[in-house]
Amino acid sequence: MPADFISNLYLFILAGFVGFEVIKRVSPLLHTPLMSLTNALDAIVVIAAIIITGRHETVLSTTLGAIAVAASFSNMVGGFFITDRMLRMFKTGRPQK
Amino acid sequence: MTSFATQQLLEFAFIAAVALFILALRWLSSPVTARRGVLAGEIGAALAVGATLLNPELDQYRWIVIALIVGAGVGIPLGMVHMTAVPQRTALSHAFGALSAAMIGIAEYYVGVPHVTRFQMGEISLEVIIGSLTFTGSLIAAGKLQELLPQRPITYPGQNFVSLSALGAALLIAIALTVNPNETVLFPIMVGVALIFGVLLVTPIGGADMPTVISLLNSYAGFSAALLGFVLNSKVLIVAGALDGSSGFILSVIMCKAMNRSFTNVMFGAFGQVQASSAAATETRTVRSASPEEAAAILAAASKVLVVPGYGMAVAQAQHKVRELYDVLTKKGVDVKFGIHPVAGRMPGHMNVLLAEADIPYDRLLEMDDANSELPQTDVALIIGANDVTNPAARTDTSSPIYGMPILDVDKARTVMVIKRSMSPGFAGIDNPLYYLDKTLMLFGDAKAFVGDIVRELSGGSQH
Repeated sequence: MPADFISNLYLFILAGFVGFEVIKRVSPLLHTPLMSLTNALDAIVVIAAIIITGRHETVLSTTLGAIAVAASFSNMVGGFFITDRMLRMFKTGRPQK
Repeated sequence: MTSFATQQLLEFAFIAAVALFILALRWLSSPVTARRGVLAGEIGAALAVGATLLNPELDQYRWIVIALIVGAGVGIPLGMVHMTAVPQRTALSHAFGALSAAMIGIAEYYVGVPHVTRFQMGEISLEVIIGSLTFTGSLIAAGKLQELLPQRPITYPGQNFVSLSALGAALLIAIALTVNPNETVLFPIMVGVALIFGVLLVTPIGGADMPTVISLLNSYAGFSAALLGFVLNSKVLIVAGALDGSSGFILSVIMCKAMNRSFTNVMFGAFGQVQASSAAATETRTVRSASPEEAAAILAAASKVLVVPGYGMAVAQAQHKVRELYDVLTKKGVDVKFGIHPVAGRMPGHMNVLLAEADIPYDRLLEMDDANSELPQTDVALIIGANDVTNPAARTDTSSPIYGMPILDVDKARTVMVIKRSMSPGFAGIDNPLYYLDKTLMLFGDAKAFVGDIVRELSGGSQH
């Protein structure tokens, strides 16, 4: 078993618990923006896709990589965009500061 | 700068990105700081993408640039959809995320073979299976939400056996590949079977269960990204994937609790075919109906009104009319609040964004428990396009399929008004005894038109 795997597993477990603690606090009011925001953050797989595409090893890997870049970058752009749009709509009845 | 030093520097950009991602979710805990959270996420993502583009391993930028432009071209319009279309957009984005993770896993395999170790093969297989089934599953969910596919559960005998066999087959092929990673012929078969399993998994699930399904698919998409992080030894992917995965998982648990059902029950126990028998027994019971004029008079005389919106409000696009009703009643001194059931609508939080879009202040939106503590002092509970989440049978009738599900206790209000197209049972096909109560008035008609009529009545009346 590679040594990296063990340290990655530690990281995964810790990140999972941090995620659990942080997300538990998100008000149900914002569950839709939560989902679109985590979706945009998850689109960080675009960096792996960029590497695969840019290494240009085989035609197949470049093609699959380019599809992955397009798919995840659309999630990143669209996800942040729609989350911000939704959050701008949430206003209180009290006068804003 | 040597390439090694550059690599080190880039690593710091990734660490900063991870910290910003966690802050982004933390700030999302309150509507006051939430937009700051989006900004933190954007900066983190920009840092990570920027650092990656400087990676000295890249020797060809043409396809990267083209793909980024295509991605932005698809992503921007998908970010501009109407709020009623947010559930299908979300399902589609789960599909894109999973597609991306699966594609990268597949590319890794073909680039690495014949030097893929068994350990790597195990990771890649698992990652590609989850990515592929999430991709097709999310596409089916998006199709159902967009009503390109029927929302009713599609079932056939032996369905669960067929679905589980497909999953079993994909896993067996994965094991065979792990034993011998160079059996390249098996790899596309495994991908194909996983893609088919995704279709089989979501097709039988009905529209009313979509909040759970979307959350589960969210979780899968996140975990496939985290697994990809293991394959590529990328810590950013592991953290981002774990955050997304745990978020989806928490939401799935909340949705299941709000329906008093288990994951297995949602995934394998298609809802909505039971209960055909008891409908006959209730046909003879009478209901009271009222006109917009009568409804307006009752609302104007109330001091506290609780509106309970459901998916029907979204379908009828009635949220802006509801906002007008809120305005005119508030002007008359009526206290109007909204009771939001966690599974109202087609995804977690769906009703909240619809009402926020219609400019209803979020401090008027109550969670289920708060709404239930206010209902006994409420004069009128006005139900717009919601059904099962208000069904008192969930509290009392042990034979009801929704028995035990937490509901909004609208029957505790002094008067109940239900806007509904007709007496036909709701989506899940379950009869609602609420409609036969003496205190209940049925307002038959299209939600948007009916609320519009009430508003006209109320604002007309104030001028005399």
